[in-house]
Amino acid sequence: MPEPCEPLQPCEARSDTSSDRPVDLAATGTATLQSGPRSRPWRRRPLPRLRWRAAAPRPATGGPVPGNRGLWSDAWHDLRRNPVFLLSALVILFLVTIAVWPQLIADGNPYQGNLAKAQDGPAPGHPFGFDLQGRDVYTRTVYGARASITVGICATAGAALLGSVLGGLAGFFGGWWDALLSRIADVFFGIPILLGGLVFLSVVTSGSVWPVVGFIVLLGWPQISRIARGAVVTVRQQDYVLAARTLGAGNGRMLLRHIAPNAVAPVIVVATIALGTYIALEATLSFLGVGLKPPTVSWGIDISSASTQIRNAPHMLLWPAAALSITVLAFIMLGDAVRDAIDPKLR
Amino acid sequence: MASTPSTPSAPPVPSAPSAADPAAPVLEVRGLAKLYPLTRGVVVKRRTGAVRAVDTVSFDLRRGETLGVVGESGCGKSTLARLLVGLERPTAGSIRYRGEDIARLSGRALRAVRRNIQMVFQDPYTSLNPRMTVGDIIGEPYEIHPDAAPKGDRRRAVRDLLDVVGLDPEHANRYPHQFSGGQRQRIGIARGLALRPEVIVADEPVSALDVSVQAQVVNLLERLQDEFGLAYVFIAHDLSVVRHISDRVAVMYLGRFAETGTGTEIYDHPTHPYTQALLSAVPVPDPEARARPRQRILLPGDVPSPADPPTGCRFRTRCWKAEPRCAADPPALAVPPELTGGAAHPSACHFAAEGTTA
Amino acid sequence: MTRLLDVRDLRVAFRTRDGVADAVGGVSYAVDAGRTLAVLGESGSGKSVTAQAIMGILDSPPAFVTGGKVFFQGRDLLTLSREERRRVRGAKMAMIFQDALSALNPVIPVGAQLAEMYQVHRGMSRRDARARAVELMDRVRIPAAAARAGDYPHQFSGGMRQRVMIAMAIALEPELIIADEPTTALDVTVQAQVMDLLAELRREYAMGLILITHDLGVVADVADTIAVMYAGRIVETAPVRDLYRRPAHPYTRGLLDSIPRVDQRGGELYAIKGLPPSPLALPAGCPFNPRCPRARDICRTDRPPLYEVSDSGATDAGAQGRASACHFWKEELHGLDPLDPLGAAGTVGPLGG
Repeated sequence: MPEPCEPLQPCEARSDTSSDRPVDLAATGTATLQSGPRSRPWRRRPLPRLRWRAAAPRPATGGPVPGNRGLWSDAWHDLRRNPVFLLSALVILFLVTIAVWPQLIADGNPYQGNLAKAQDGPAPGHPFGFDLQGRDVYTRTVYGARASITVGICATAGAALLGSVLGGLAGFFGGWWDALLSRIADVFFGIPILLGGLVFLSVVTSGSVWPVVGFIVLLGWPQISRIARGAVVTVRQQDYVLAARTLGAGNGRMLLRHIAPNAVAPVIVVATIALGTYIALEATLSFLGVGLKPPTVSWGIDISSASTQIRNAPHMLLWPAAALSITVLAFIMLGDAVRDAIDPKLR
Repeated sequence: MASTPSTPSAPPVPSAPSAADPAAPVLEVRGLAKLYPLTRGVVVKRRTGAVRAVDTVSFDLRRGETLGVVGESGCGKSTLARLLVGLERPTAGSIRYRGEDIARLSGRALRAVRRNIQMVFQDPYTSLNPRMTVGDIIGEPYEIHPDAAPKGDRRRAVRDLLDVVGLDPEHANRYPHQFSGGQRQRIGIARGLALRPEVIVADEPVSALDVSVQAQVVNLLERLQDEFGLAYVFIAHDLSVVRHISDRVAVMYLGRFAETGTGTEIYDHPTHPYTQALLSAVPVPDPEARARPRQRILLPGDVPSPADPPTGCRFRTRCWKAEPRCAADPPALAVPPELTGGAAHPSACHFAAEGTTA
Repeated sequence: MTRLLDVRDLRVAFRTRDGVADAVGGVSYAVDAGRTLAVLGESGSGKSVTAQAIMGILDSPPAFVTGGKVFFQGRDLLTLSREERRRVRGAKMAMIFQDALSALNPVIPVGAQLAEMYQVHRGMSRRDARARAVELMDRVRIPAAAARAGDYPHQFSGGMRQRVMIAMAIALEPELIIADEPTTALDVTVQAQVMDLLAELRREYAMGLILITHDLGVVADVADTIAVMYAGRIVETAPVRDLYRRPAHPYTRGLLDSIPRVDQRGGELYAIKGLPPSPLALPAGCPFNPRCPRARDICRTDRPPLYEVSDSGATDAGAQGRASACHFWKEELHGLDPLDPLGAAGTVGPLGG
């Protein structure tokens, strides 16, 4: 199919300058057909013998090799210029920083409060006011980032890993292995997330993040595995994979060297967007009381306890909800930007 | 024998005793067939038929020779290519490389044999891994078969290969998308040459290229053949290119060879109706031909589906010579006894003749 | 006499990440009713972009028409409003694409798609439109047309789909058809059928046909005039016989020499060295000069205009419309040795028949 433009950095076949160089087949300029009305009057140059090995040292090509642009660096180049990406990346960087070091911007105590100040509005040194138990809402909001970011990142990593491996292997091997996996994934797809959360997590007494992470991974891997399977099936049929097989490559090499690097792009896109939804999911589960539990600080818990007092003291609800929304939005925007940067390369 | 390369050579692949005779064919294919079963049902699959992609194909290939396989889409030539390089397992038949049947091999034995039969793919845009540098792509055969080039020499071997196909070795750490279609095809050829095969199966290697680039690549392939004594199975639908490069030609239709012979025999003395129709349909770049209207045979209808081919002779549904005998009795690919001279070559038709009259 | 289509100095540029690419740098050609113009070129020559600009279906951005005029029956299409352009496009000009599968709507049966053209443009009733559609399919020789009118595009073979696309193109009896590589994806026998059909229809409806292709064989059979494009410009135009027998541009000659012929088995093929230039970085002077065996200093600095070629050995006595964008067209026409034009080793004078 004709392409509208030639590659942007054309690599010229070497121009033939000196005549003592090994043959440059692309530069053969004269030839004659043995018969036919169009015999060339041009002289036929004797063609030097092909040699397997270059006998004469090659004259240096002018200058260093120009910028080598792999597909990832192309994507990165696009990303850097996307304002959506820059903005969301900044926000996320900020969130991760305060998740790791909340003390950087909040030096209060999120666990203890002064009951006398319960539900009070903003006061000097406490810009967001106080919650039901007199704790500083600002401090709790800042500390809440930790739970959300941890759950988001760990759950995504787990789901992506599990999903890619299972889906990728299913797509690669096909056959009954693929059928089995698809049916298992269907089972998990069929479990409604919130209902499942209510059932599974209600038996868990620990309030730490890990049961929630585990649950999200358990219900989130089918989505990733479907994407991974589709990507692997597409890549598996490409000629370069077949070429590797004709060279004698084993399954391991084909999976790691050829299939994985080319199939990973859609998984990255989906995982990045899923991150945002997982954070929202954690907040929802905590809101329902089955996710994180006190003393872990979570926006969902705060929203839950503040929801009854929304008329009297809206600030208790407002700030954690806003923080949650901004976080989720940032990750989803990041996912969008990543998809836009990677997608043209998929085409 | 052709010149031996001067890079440190690997120990030769052990060959069967009959290979001592240099005139023996490098490749002997007998009765090759590939059927794809058609099934219905999800859990329990019931077989409802089969696509006979390749149905009893036989030929010999000698060292340094080019066999051109021509046919239109759906004739099974791509399946034939994949069978020859081991990407598919034949349902029946044998492929003998130097006397040893490689069609049923697997595992390490198959790996060892793969070094001798390599493939060049059609689409220069999908035959190279876009995330690997060109040097890595060409060097991969050496990673898979470390005995083909010792570690220290690999870089030099890659550079030599790039040089041999007419590319600048300095570009070894560029990515495929930085090259044009013709250059990518050269990279694919370099990769195919890395293991010093004896046979290269080229599946439409120039179809996706521009006219002026086609000539470059065809010239390159011919040079490499002369220099390294390669045998080619050149599969294409472009009759002009096949004529140019081939020593012998096989015309394929719906999984079978309709006619085989040397280039001159097929192109100047075609005896099978399909070949005649094919040749008459090829546009000749000479407007004078318009003034003397050549006999253009227009075949009615479409190619029948390979899942349900006609009984007997597969071409009979579109053939102007068809008679009841053709439906009952599949013609064998044999030299028609009554023909002589250039027309005396194998042709699978009961009424094979040089003229087109029935 | 106004010509059916008269393109004058058309220019199209693409805005890309790496700069502005001159895809088409001043192309002029013309077609008359009942005649066929073949536009010959390889990938990147700009032939498809030109056609899309004429039809008005360019993707803007990134493509922009930056100059020129496109006169269709005397009116400059580029000055028309979108709506008017659309009306012209539907009723008077039609385009046939290379890939029928992506040009046809996959979820609507073929008969309905054809009928829609009559319903929208001619205001026919559904039943009448359907009947006309079946007639049309019959006209393009789709067997069992009435039965197949309810089939979807993917149920047809490649050649049949192409016929459906031809049917859609001629449905409203346009005056001009632009066929962009209509048979490239087809097998040779099917290609012959489709080209025959096109030629027949063109004769019957007295349409003008612009055939865009890279296949020199197809062109020889069908065209009256040929325009050869390279790097977004026309490098030669000539009546078909003259072009093949006596090309007046080194690129044309190189192309003709590099194709293998089914009726000849030759030695090595002539291969034009090098690659076509990227539209972002066109060479100074003549764009073909890095690859041209005839290139001299002037070629590297002065871009050749389209010189008018007068050829005493031409088949038509008043050989009009022959042009070549080469400073040394005379030498090329007469087949002189580029290295030694007047020396004993070369032959001076017109080539033998």
